[in-house]
Amino acid sequence: MPETREQTTEQEQLDPSLESQPRKRITSHGALALPRVLAERRSNEKPMSSEPIFEVKDLTVAYGGKPAIEDISFDIGRKRITSLIGPSGCGKSTMIRCFNRMNDLIPAASVSGAIVYHGQDLYGPGVDPVEVRKLIGMVFQKPNPFPKSIYDNIAFGPRVIGMKGSMDGIVERALRRAALWDEVKDRLKENAYSLSGGQQQRLCIARCLAVEPDVILMDEPCSALDPIATARIEDLMLELKDQYSIVIVTHNMQQAARVSDMTAVLMPDVRDGDRAVGRIVEYADTGSIFTNPESKRTEDYVTGRVG
Amino acid sequence: MGAPLGIDTGGGGGGLVDTSRNNRVKSALFKGALLFSLGIGFVTLIALLVNVASDGLSRLSWDFITSFPSSIPSHAGIQSPIVGTIYLMGLVALFAIPVGVGAAIYLEEYADRDRWYNRAIEVNIQNLAAVPSIVYGILGLAFLVRGLALGRVLLAGALILTLLVLPIVIISAREAIRAVPASIREGALALGATRWQMIRRQVLPAAVPGIATGSILALSRAIGETAPLILIGALTFVPFNPDGLSSPFTALPIQIFNWTTRPQDEFKLLAAAAIIVLLVLLLTMNAFAIWIRNRYQRKW
Repeated sequence: MPETREQTTEQEQLDPSLESQPRKRITSHGALALPRVLAERRSNEKPMSSEPIFEVKDLTVAYGGKPAIEDISFDIGRKRITSLIGPSGCGKSTMIRCFNRMNDLIPAASVSGAIVYHGQDLYGPGVDPVEVRKLIGMVFQKPNPFPKSIYDNIAFGPRVIGMKGSMDGIVERALRRAALWDEVKDRLKENAYSLSGGQQQRLCIARCLAVEPDVILMDEPCSALDPIATARIEDLMLELKDQYSIVIVTHNMQQAARVSDMTAVLMPDVRDGDRAVGRIVEYADTGSIFTNPESKRTEDYVTGRVG
Repeated sequence: MGAPLGIDTGGGGGGLVDTSRNNRVKSALFKGALLFSLGIGFVTLIALLVNVASDGLSRLSWDFITSFPSSIPSHAGIQSPIVGTIYLMGLVALFAIPVGVGAAIYLEEYADRDRWYNRAIEVNIQNLAAVPSIVYGILGLAFLVRGLALGRVLLAGALILTLLVLPIVIISAREAIRAVPASIREGALALGATRWQMIRRQVLPAAVPGIATGSILALSRAIGETAPLILIGALTFVPFNPDGLSSPFTALPIQIFNWTTRPQDEFKLLAAAAIIVLLVLLLTMNAFAIWIRNRYQRKW
């Protein structure tokens, strides 16, 4: 690809913020790092105040008539990182899959309530889930690159949604934004499966960025990765939040504390014997959730007493 | 045979030392029985091959392959049956693969399994795969040759073999499509692909090796079929190549069948030689299928 070289320099001039931004801290992953991380963050960050990108209103999702999450209402901030935390079975994944209508793929699932996005209910009549997914991208728990070349992995999205412009340029821009370009620029034609797990996950993020979404949903994006690969993804998220609204589901409370502005804690309420129904017990800025939770259940969870 | 430590699970108080001679004898006997079963199949096959080869190799020559059938054994060859078989296979592939893969895509990607008609179709396809080929022959005779008045022609033969192998193509294509992990489908849909774009650009390409393997194996079943073709009336003596879909035709198994029914010994040798050719064709196809499978095998 002879074009690519020229575009490299052009790209750097056009958008210096992308690569020249100094690599942010590689966060410590020690169990005791939490208060320090939060203190550091509070000192250099503006408080959470942003108009919502999503307004979730009385959302209930049921599988085969049995609710998995119930009466969820909260707002998600634009250009913020919002994390959903909670013990297994609390419905975090069900919740995040509502934002891009992935639950539509499960025939038994039914969704009631509303998620308002740019003034429109995502579940309103006439809303096409395919259109929703073009604007609201998703990164999955396990890296799921397509069994194709690195280049084709990125190009797939822009091709199917019919994006205009040079495909080489689109691919390079996406890989740069996902901080993967330097590692793969000489092997774009190689199969994506030849990448390491962390690189595969960044490739999936790049693939998602290539279609220029508005929101990025991440469903436990680091659960299959080692701490170093995890740190790179977290750094990447912090870089991306200037341009994107990010919602992340995580099992890792350290991670929620490190990256997110707002944190929603979901807890399963046991109903009819053993059936769990997820509800939000607390939603606040991340600092409060981890240092000064209002709810006893939140406190027990974030301090590791339950869950 | 037998673990070196011979852990005795029989509870004979032996600890880690195998004191139970009885268990060892039993397992040796069982292994022997299994080997014997394998041997029966293997020895029979070898015996058949040796028998055919000893009869047929002497008659196998380039002339034999390029000559037309003849009533004079020394002049007889198998050009028209080979060409007929190739035409048949080409047509069967042309008909069966698109229809079979299409049906498989419907069943795997679109069909709602809660609907009774989709379940009925599934059960039917499973059963059709087990229907004896002669039944397809009767169907072909009644429906294609007489009902649609196609006559006893190449097209009728190809269509009936298509129907015969279609269930196999569908079942193997479904397996291949099902083996593509859900994460690939979700990844494609999450990027704003439509269902068809996801199938066309991700699922099918990933399933191609499996579909190809299954299709070749289905064709190699069709290549040896004799009964339905005889029933719909493929000619047994055709000293010319087919020149179109409505041409009379013959095929290798039919020619073999014809020669084995003749009283003269010379024709029996010709049949053996033709069997060798058919076997080589078959083994080549199967080897190709295995090669594709190994070459493109993917771990998810």
